[in-house]
Amino acid sequence: MADYETHHYDVVIIGAGGAGLRAAIEAKSRGLSTALVCKSLLGKAHTVMAEGGVAAAMGNVYPEDNWQVHFRDTMRGGKYLNSWRMAQLHAQEAPDRVYELEAWGALFDRTTDGRITQRDFGGHRYARLAHVGDRTGLELIRTLQQKAVSMDIDVFMECKVLSLLTTADGAVGGAVGYWRASGEIVVFEAKSVVLATGSIGRCFTYTSNSWESTGDGHAMALWAGADVIEMECVQFHPTGMVWPLSVRGLLVTEGVRGDGGALKNSEGRRFMFDYIPEMFRAETAETEQEADAWYEDHANNRRTPDLLPRDEVARAINAEVKAGRGSPHGGVFLDIASRRSPEYIRQRLPSMYHQFMELAGVDITAEPMEVGPTCHYMMGGVRVDPESQAATVPGLFAAGEVAGGMHGANRLGGNSLSDLLVFGRRAGMGAADFAEGTARGDRSGESAIDPAQIDHVVAGAMAPFERDGGENPYDIHRDLQTTMQSLVGIIRTGSELEEALERLGDLRERAAKVSVRGGRAYNPGWNLATDLPSMLTVSTAIAQGALARKESRGGHTRDDYPTADPELGKVNFVQRQTDDRGFLAPIRIGPEPLAEMPQELRELLEEGH
Amino acid sequence: MTDAMPAATPPQPSGSAEPSEPSGSAEPSGPPEPSEPAGLSEPSGPSEPAGLSGSAEDGDAEHTLEPAPEADDEGSVTLRVWRGDQTGGELVDYTLPAQSGEVVLDVVHRIQATVAPDLACRWNCKAGKCGSCSSEINGKPRLMCMTRVDELPEGPITVTPMRTFPIVRDLVTDVSFNYEVASRVPAFAPAPPGPEGYRMQQVDVARGQEFRKCIECFLCQNVCHVIRDHEENKQHYAGPRFFARYAELEMHPLDTNDRRELLRQREGLGLCNITKCCTEVCPEHIKITDNAIIPLKERVVDSSYDPVAWLGRKILRRRKRSPGEAAAARG
Repeated sequence: MADYETHHYDVVIIGAGGAGLRAAIEAKSRGLSTALVCKSLLGKAHTVMAEGGVAAAMGNVYPEDNWQVHFRDTMRGGKYLNSWRMAQLHAQEAPDRVYELEAWGALFDRTTDGRITQRDFGGHRYARLAHVGDRTGLELIRTLQQKAVSMDIDVFMECKVLSLLTTADGAVGGAVGYWRASGEIVVFEAKSVVLATGSIGRCFTYTSNSWESTGDGHAMALWAGADVIEMECVQFHPTGMVWPLSVRGLLVTEGVRGDGGALKNSEGRRFMFDYIPEMFRAETAETEQEADAWYEDHANNRRTPDLLPRDEVARAINAEVKAGRGSPHGGVFLDIASRRSPEYIRQRLPSMYHQFMELAGVDITAEPMEVGPTCHYMMGGVRVDPESQAATVPGLFAAGEVAGGMHGANRLGGNSLSDLLVFGRRAGMGAADFAEGTARGDRSGESAIDPAQIDHVVAGAMAPFERDGGENPYDIHRDLQTTMQSLVGIIRTGSELEEALERLGDLRERAAKVSVRGGRAYNPGWNLATDLPSMLTVSTAIAQGALARKESRGGHTRDDYPTADPELGKVNFVQRQTDDRGFLAPIRIGPEPLAEMPQELRELLEEGH
Repeated sequence: MTDAMPAATPPQPSGSAEPSEPSGSAEPSGPPEPSEPAGLSEPSGPSEPAGLSGSAEDGDAEHTLEPAPEADDEGSVTLRVWRGDQTGGELVDYTLPAQSGEVVLDVVHRIQATVAPDLACRWNCKAGKCGSCSSEINGKPRLMCMTRVDELPEGPITVTPMRTFPIVRDLVTDVSFNYEVASRVPAFAPAPPGPEGYRMQQVDVARGQEFRKCIECFLCQNVCHVIRDHEENKQHYAGPRFFARYAELEMHPLDTNDRRELLRQREGLGLCNITKCCTEVCPEHIKITDNAIIPLKERVVDSSYDPVAWLGRKILRRRKRSPGEAAAARG
């Protein structure tokens, strides 16, 4: 039997980005014993990299903004594949969550009359993003972190969770992982577990995501028997850095365009005017004059096509590069230097200025940036109940990027930070409700977790040390990324997806034979080996979903089915592992109808404003 | 973890070496040179900073995989990386083909992906936003992700862990000291909002925003000689990162807590002698000394040592700012 320490909590939250922290604060405020478990140090999670802002219809800049408009924008941006109820709750509750952060010490940028100011972003009808320069995510995570610390929430830092643990009746009752510093095994028994593990970006070569984004929560939910939905919907952010190669994929905030930056091709043409889709034609400027005037006067001008939703802009850039009108390093130009003063740029976009100056030697106040699409966000994820964020397995909850439904086929910028806050809180509430109503995990009673289950997970994690002559995990990871980038990337086609699934099968077999050397203490090679199963499960789910969805919608674009199919717009592709679980086991997939939207919300979508 | 055990600081010159290599931060004269605040300095030979020496060669001889050429070949880059754990370690050279535009962290990643998969290194965002990959590069405390290889002088690049914190493994240190200090900070305590919520002017929030740019890389903590050279001071000294945090709260337009006595007594604000090393190494260019520490010192002095203020307090029993005043300030 494996040797390990065991901790008992009412609620265990896996992941300490915005959603995990917000969930922990909620559960702890209910008086429940709460643990926060994270792969990195507290305060380093990927939320820290969010730049542009938190979308919330506070109406501080445009009083005509309200939750109905935000709801409509979110649904249209998501190409109607969203869970309407999540989109509604999100739009309704986001302003309160922002004001709550302010009461916890966040210092947002202000309007001249002292209120929280808001900035323009793609797909949002009104200036709606509360922000702090271009480091909003840092402000958000630091505020939540400091709140959590003041509440004395137990934090397990640099602790990688390998698997959820289930009770005899199939409910989730804990998790098993290891301390990265020592490699020692740690077991959590809990009445409820919240997944807040973030994204999957490391499955792709070019990504704005950190090493942590390996889809652990998506995969662990599948392994525990929970449903995931819309895994084909991966967002490629249109503007990542393309040069130097070492920073390729690093995010360039949409705030550059929100604050006046324009996309141009090698001929100097503002090409976005050539890519305005029918759905957005009525509300998008047709001339440069109108687009430029819109920045100052939203009422009498239509918005610039540079701020179309991300999926549209990413596809347009892809097409320009393909047509030979790209920049020297295979992107396009993003120009704010010729359009705004150096002082304005440095004040509004300090970290972008810093990032380009130090990493690329480019002064963005004097010359254009080179940008191209980068894997940025996972719309798909664990299927949850909109009110409580409960997964389809009892005792399991999910919030933030690991949860599916909120953003449909494409997320609007700014909607992820608000998502974290709104649904992090709701997941904390849901998990607390569940913990209060269940006797499982009672410290005094017998453990409901079968130790054999723990031993099985531990044996799997330790096996790479015992194997000789297996492959280096880095090689497998690189091949996985190449496969996903080249065959399941921004533009997809049926034959390539089939090839990807075949290659992923080979990669799973290779990963099952991986070897690592060195000890267990802070060993990145071994850490990567334990991340590979998650990435392989998630990559397989993405490729399967992409093959099943025979249409183009939002972040999912099929060359062989270039238009949206109204019938497929009514279904989610749901994936699940049944009897046989784990990263080597098959994943089943099938369409299930979306929930019916009430008439009054339907009318909001149809309003032409 | 804050017990006075100095055991886990292997990259430090071991006992015999004394403080012979004066850390720039401790030098009494002149402005601190950014190039030499680290006691490690440019190693002239592998023996010097390796401290507890090569006794750590417990059979794991992977560092021999890459025999380091003496001269830096055209088109190659050599990283001289400290490898070891709490029991000791040594500098190991890795030479790889150079790639244009790379930062030091890229080279570390390539070493991991090829010859040394178990080379421990903490990182996350690789964009200078999370503050995870702090280390000492050629003796200077920096973020590995924001240090371009082509801006460093020719020759091997020495990468060692932060010296002020106990070693976990290789380039990873145990920074839990900082989290313990953070847990002692009395929380933000705002005045109740007015009928229209909180109102603050940009000019007022801008002061705190400067400190909230902090990415908690702890390089300022690492370079601060109060704890870098005196392990025992960790017992009663918060360090520059947390002075910036206290300053941010102190200057927050809504906050009502008074933390000045705590700063003076428990958190050792007086130990800082304003050498500005923290400001020099801050990757976010926060003026920690000028804008946080000195104003805090002034406020603490005002509250503790000004006889008029003392008398005023005795008579009026006032604290920094009453909730009513804070509400008024809100407008």
